Amino acid sequence: MSEHGPGIGQNLPGAGRRGGPVNRRKIMKPFNWIAGSVMVLMVICLPLSGQGDTLKLPETVTLDNLAHLYGGAEFDHDMHLDIAADCTECHHHAAGVPTTNEKCARCHGPEDTLEAQTCQTCHAVDPFSAEAVTAKETDPSVYHIDKPGLKAAYHLNCLNCHNEMGGPVGCEDCHERTEAGDAFYHSGKYAPSGEGTSSAH
Amino acid sequence: MSKMTRRKFLSVSLAGAAAGTFTLSGKAIGAAGFTGYPDGMGVLVDLTRCIGCRTCEAACNEEQKLPAPAVPFDDHSVFDELHHGGTQKRRTDENAFTVVNRYEAGKEGQPAYRKIQCNHCNEPACLTSCFVNAYTKTKEGAVIYNSKVCVGCRNCMVACPFRIPAYSYSSAFNPVIRKCIFCYDTRLKFGRPPACVEACPQEVLTFGHRKNLIKVAYERIRVNPGRYVGHLYGENEVGGTSWMYLSGVPFEEVGFDTTLQKEPILANAQAFLSNVPMVLSIWPALFLGFHRLATRGGEGAEEKPATEKREDI
Ligand code: SF4
Ligand code: SF4
Ligand code: SF4
Repeated sequence: MSEHGPGIGQNLPGAGRRGGPVNRRKIMKPFNWIAGSVMVLMVICLPLSGQGDTLKLPETVTLDNLAHLYGGAEFDHDMHLDIAADCTECHHHAAGVPTTNEKCARCHGPEDTLEAQTCQTCHAVDPFSAEAVTAKETDPSVYHIDKPGLKAAYHLNCLNCHNEMGGPVGCEDCHERTEAGDAFYHSGKYAPSGEGTSSAH
Repeated sequence: MSKMTRRKFLSVSLAGAAAGTFTLSGKAIGAAGFTGYPDGMGVLVDLTRCIGCRTCEAACNEEQKLPAPAVPFDDHSVFDELHHGGTQKRRTDENAFTVVNRYEAGKEGQPAYRKIQCNHCNEPACLTSCFVNAYTKTKEGAVIYNSKVCVGCRNCMVACPFRIPAYSYSSAFNPVIRKCIFCYDTRLKFGRPPACVEACPQEVLTFGHRKNLIKVAYERIRVNPGRYVGHLYGENEVGGTSWMYLSGVPFEEVGFDTTLQKEPILANAQAFLSNVPMVLSIWPALFLGFHRLATRGGEGAEEKPATEKREDI
């Protein structure tokens, strides 16, 4: 648990800074993440509130993307709330505020349901199945054709900012590699003994 | 025979093969003006997203059951490697169908990275240069090969404008071509994107119908003109390629050959041929002999085609 992570069930401290109804809501905050490299960031994508009610967010969300290569990471939402000017720096849709992404905003207004505001509603968890590829390409809107999957949406969003702000950018700065990951990268105890084939040239 | 001489030798044989009396000379000439299968798939490579993590290399190694690498795939010291007298960054070879290189050309002091693999040309020079018909351009867009009929003549190696085909010399009698096959037999033919595409954390690689990817690419440039140089590499180069590239820095600064013609490489071979009648008449016969020698049995005949090697998926 990081010093910024007060744990499940406490209010989201950053929420009082912006006026408007969204910030008065009691929000449950999940912090102890396990399993799934991608699910780490699910926290920032879950609907942050119901209509004025306390909403219980799931403690863990299991996503399969790369889960065998990297374990879960701990996303410090508090700390990011402190350094971000507002929610829209990370979220296209923060709960109750209109989308900031110009492309999305052409069709998706503030009246969109909260369900429509979760990351994975738009960014597919598995964009690489034959069905997903076909579905994406037969969508008549070009914006939807060029939509990254969930794994890429997270990485692009996080790493772009981390690069600009000098945040950590190494894979293992955010999520620990699993043994399967070591095997995949031929690293750690699976590192070549020196008998491997020469590096490509 | 020195390397230079061999290359020259092969360029000449390439010309001979393409215009010779074989049935495939008809195929080769027929290919001119072919712009790819209408429903061919492709990959849009957006270099502005690449972080040089080499996950794609690891994924390819696993998917294609390639030998273990010399250094781990998370070792970034490979970016400092220079070969051939300190001038050449890493290239693909028989044990690495894709490699990522780092360039100092990036914006704001950031490095830029570029992934290399076969570009799966619409009109592949490797295919048209191969006189034993080892190559196939599938309707899905992949350029695959049958190592059973490959005689190891290296015509394709010389012909490829991207210097992709490599040879495996594990069999002294039957060196066979090896290169990226777009994961054809395990993924592409089932409508699934290649392993490298799926593994990339940044979706540097976008899989889809080539004609859609062209739209996607121009839309990215339109929406974000400051991010990209306004060129889609591979849309027209050498007759178009299934894998195409967007870059934030000039293409020549990240290792691309920007001098390539728009016409397929084949056109050159044909023009060259008409001036070299001697070559036409001699080399095809010689290579036919080669082929008969190589395919009449023994070690070479045991080699299975690349597309039939799989036991599992
Ligand atoms: S890039 Fe080279 S090997 Fe690949 S299809 Fe084109 S000519 Fe053939
Ligand atoms: S398409 Fe398949 S064979 Fe080609 S580089 Fe990617 S993983 Fe390797
Ligand atoms: S996996 Fe993607 S981001 Fe990583 S080196 Fe390959 S193309 Fe670049």
